[in-house]
Amino acid sequence: MTRDAALAAGLLGLRHGGRRGRWALRECDFSLPAGRICALVGPNGAGKSTLLALAAGLLRPTEGHVTAPERERIGYVAQDKPLHPRLSVADTLRMGRELNPGRWDEAAALRVLADALDPRSLVRNLSGGERTRVALALALGKRPELLLLDEPMADLDPLARHQLMGLLMADAAEHGTTVVMSSHILTELEGACDHLLLLAGGRIRLDGPVDDLLAAHTLLTGPVADLAPHTVVESRTTGRQLTALVRHEGPVEGPWETWEPSLEDLLLAHLRTTEGASA
Amino acid sequence: MGLLEPGDRLPTAREVVEATAINPNTVLKAYRELEREGLVEARRGLGTFVRATLGTAAPADSPLRGELADWARRARAAGLDREDVAALFTAVLKEHFEGDDDR
Repeated sequence: MTRDAALAAGLLGLRHGGRRGRWALRECDFSLPAGRICALVGPNGAGKSTLLALAAGLLRPTEGHVTAPERERIGYVAQDKPLHPRLSVADTLRMGRELNPGRWDEAAALRVLADALDPRSLVRNLSGGERTRVALALALGKRPELLLLDEPMADLDPLARHQLMGLLMADAAEHGTTVVMSSHILTELEGACDHLLLLAGGRIRLDGPVDDLLAAHTLLTGPVADLAPHTVVESRTTGRQLTALVRHEGPVEGPWETWEPSLEDLLLAHLRTTEGASA
Repeated sequence: MGLLEPGDRLPTAREVVEATAINPNTVLKAYRELEREGLVEARRGLGTFVRATLGTAAPADSPLRGELADWARRARAAGLDREDVAALFTAVLKEHFEGDDDR
């Protein structure tokens, strides 16, 4: 692991159910520099939640290792936003304050709640989106160095999603927080994330700074012709017309029109091919 | 984030990020680049301030703008629609500013 990595894994693997069990994650090698906003993407069952739980120290690896800050410096929000149903919102924050002496940032936590919530309401009476707010408030109030978020925005309406994403990014800007966020909503990642980890079938398929990954790929369209020496990620032929996403080897020269893909183009192409490969 | 003139204070990077939900590293990089190009200046503890304007675009009442407006009117009268005019303008721009983009 390089010195300024916030999270790293070496040949990390986790198998469920003993020796004959299924590998949820295997041979994961990556190193995430501090201060990055990393998107963790992949189809259902790819191993995203497993990877986040391993990073949070909630699961023990079957093989390999994961290097992360100590528990007090990590904020982790699981997919089902586990909170105590019989506590009020105010008491939940008090719990955060008392469990994190010396670290707790009440202002950061209250910013997440905004004026959207009555502090006296019980957690069990909150909607999914409101519970998300409380869970994020707890995580940000802890003032973590590494924030691990499993599908954080899934329960939110578009307006709340944009507002909370803004808050999250602003908090990261101010404190240099490293964020790893799994998501199915590709549009919410574009512009927000500068690093990408794509998982499929428990293995890493793409890993790196978004700018580098985009620059390494070319989207092309034009007459059907040999695409060598470029590596084809995905290609489609309609009559005489070819559309393809390639990882290029040197400049792409040929009868095609070419442009740099968007993050969504890149993700969709890789997701579609990995789906085909594992089916 | 609106229009700014020399002397104005830029919103803080945090404010920009919070309002747009754009990656903080991207925003900070943009601020550094503005500073490097001499367009803004960071004053410690006070914020970032605009120093200069971009280029020397012709003001609204300049002769060049008047001629262009004239030309646009004639183009329209000659039956060109908005896209035809844009295409023509782009072609002429390309002819006269060839290579300038690669600086």
